[in-house]
Amino acid sequence: MKRILILGAGTAGTMAANKLRPRLDDSWEITIVDQNTDHYYQPGFLFIPFGTYTPDEVVKPKIDFIPQGVNMILAEIDLIEAEENRVKLVDGTTLTYDFLIIASGAQVRPDETPGLKSDEYGRTVHDFYTFEGAKNLAKALRTWEGGRLVVNIIEMPIKCPVAPLEFSFLADSHFIERDMRDDVEIVYVTPLDGAFTKPVASRHLGNLLEEKNISLEADFYLERVDTDEKKLISYDEREVEYDMLVTIPLNMGAEFIQRSGLGNEMNYVPVDNGNFLSKDFDNVFALGDAADLPTSKAGSVAHFAMEVFTENFLRYIEGLPMLEEFDGHANCFIESGHGKGLLIDFNYDTQPLPGKYPLPGIGPFSLLKETEINHWGKMMFKWVYWNMLIKGKEMPLPHEMLMAGKISDGES
Amino acid sequence: MPVTTIADREIHVDEDGFLTEFDEWDEDLAATLATNIGIGELTDEHWAVITFLRSDYTEQGETPTLRRVATIGGIPTKSMFQLFPKKPARKMSYVAGLQKPKGCI
Repeated sequence: MKRILILGAGTAGTMAANKLRPRLDDSWEITIVDQNTDHYYQPGFLFIPFGTYTPDEVVKPKIDFIPQGVNMILAEIDLIEAEENRVKLVDGTTLTYDFLIIASGAQVRPDETPGLKSDEYGRTVHDFYTFEGAKNLAKALRTWEGGRLVVNIIEMPIKCPVAPLEFSFLADSHFIERDMRDDVEIVYVTPLDGAFTKPVASRHLGNLLEEKNISLEADFYLERVDTDEKKLISYDEREVEYDMLVTIPLNMGAEFIQRSGLGNEMNYVPVDNGNFLSKDFDNVFALGDAADLPTSKAGSVAHFAMEVFTENFLRYIEGLPMLEEFDGHANCFIESGHGKGLLIDFNYDTQPLPGKYPLPGIGPFSLLKETEINHWGKMMFKWVYWNMLIKGKEMPLPHEMLMAGKISDGES
Repeated sequence: MPVTTIADREIHVDEDGFLTEFDEWDEDLAATLATNIGIGELTDEHWAVITFLRSDYTEQGETPTLRRVATIGGIPTKSMFQLFPKKPARKMSYVAGLQKPKGCI
């Protein structure tokens, strides 16, 4: 009997279990470990503060998505002993493996920023990157009478790097609908030098900020938060005051990765960008947000990566060389408010460009352009996620990024 | 890739002026690069940053982030902002002759 051990039953880990189980015979045992019972549709957190989604729409039991023939263990992971091919759980159990797949994701860590995790957290300081945070923020927004709303990214990389922009756009739309936009000033504070990292998208999204009267405070590298004085202070001593702060706390990989000596400075596992094999151990892979890939931390990346991973992994465990290389492909819908959205499609080498997706010239989705169809794409995606994506079903989309249908930088 | 002349030498740079060839850099060039972006004389503290950046790049194959310079290199973030004001990540890698830091998308 050979053993595959998956750490983490989130988007990447669950997909891996679903992709691998039907392709392997009974001589392979697959076990998946997670400390939580709930599977969250994380892209849905964005909509909870504005009441678009109710909390119960974004949570289902993890066990519902684990296929038959995969053992699920509900436990906290203590340590990976990669030299010994084993994992220790906090309850004292030891699990051995032939192949280990680390899919423990990224977590928000407000405790890593001086001053941020004070008594004000959940009152005047909020996040929407956790289920609890999003629910609290919904409550706070319902009774808020206006003032200065500051949306702040503490440090990149973060899960879904466009979510803070979407939150700002949706907030603008939300306050207009409540007829109180004049009472709210929205400020977007980012360590990046513009709205987004990649030039063409940054330009398009920066224009949207301007159109929506959201001011941009760029190159703001946060040192600490003073929640008594209600202000953000940067390393170069700039200050931004707020009445309500919606922050994206520092994202980091799981602590057990650091304890096990397998992580970089952010607790992400260094892997080969093309095939996700650990740089240090030849029977350890890291998938999804847990890996240090130079791309978005997003379910979309995990999804496209999974196609390449599955084929390569099945060859690798038979002793065959891995073939195809992942190109870093991801795409994401960007909600822009008032029932419209944008779509971006990109990879390691190609920045998001305007055009049509998935069919060149036809769409139905428009890249980097606000349309209602894009918004409905995003809304439908929740169903796709729960019913197809994490169950590992084939999606009618190529995993590699295509240039067809895109208009390159000089032409846009 | 464009070629430019800095300190009487031909240097390969990208569209933003960052060196693209690791080996075309030396300490004299660093001094000129620093002057180009308004940093005066390079002190021991500047050199500590530059030395870490180049050795980490050799090991990792990519330009380290500010957090990495702080956590692994042991140089406080605050100092980086004092030594290379406003945009330390870009300025540090420019002077150290490394590729422009990748914006994490």
